[in-house]
Amino acid sequence: MILGKVVGTVWATRKDEELTGMKLQIVKHVDLDYKLKETFVVAVDTVQAGVGDIVLIATGSSARQTTVTKNKPVDAVIMAVVDKLDVSE
Amino acid sequence: MFLAKVIGTIWATRKDENLRSFKLQFIQPMNAAREKVGGPIVAVDTVGAGPGEVVMYITAREAVIPLPVEMAPVDASIVGIIDRIDLKGD
Repeated sequence: MILGKVVGTVWATRKDEELTGMKLQIVKHVDLDYKLKETFVVAVDTVQAGVGDIVLIATGSSARQTTVTKNKPVDAVIMAVVDKLDVSE
Repeated sequence: MFLAKVIGTIWATRKDENLRSFKLQFIQPMNAAREKVGGPIVAVDTVGAGPGEVVMYITAREAVIPLPVEMAPVDASIVGIIDRIDLKGD
C-alpha cells in the first residue's frame, strides 16, 4: 500500500455503469513527513475519507478485494485512514 | 518475494472491515546487499515482525493469500522474518 493525502473529489456523470455510486477521490502521494509529492492517483473511497485526510491506497487487482469494488473496473482504492505513523528512521 | 526492513508502524482506526485485526507496517525495500531500493511502502504483517527486522514480502493480488479472510484490499504482505543472508561472489 502507498501513503497519500486526499486533495480533491472527482465528479463524472458519464462513466462505466459499474462505477455508479462510487466516490472518486484525487489522492496525492506523500512521503513519511506528509510532504506532497508531484504524483497522484484517482482512487475509489471505501472508508469515507475526506479532503485533507492521510490515507492508504491499495492498487492493482488488490483494489477489487472490497465489498464495494468487487468485480468492478477499479485499480486503486482507499482502504484506510491513517491516524498516526511511528517511523524509526 | 522481495526483501525489506521494517521501519515503522501505522495506526489506522478507520479501515476496511476485513483488515480490523491486522498490523500495518512501513517497510523499506532493499536488495540482498541491504541497500535501499526505492521508497517505503506499507505492508500487512502476518508474522509479527518488529521495527529494524529484515523481512521478506510479497506484492499484488497474491498478498491476500496469507490472510485468513476471503478478500481484503491488500497489495503487500510480510510473509517471513530473515535470519541470515548468505551471498556468494562479488
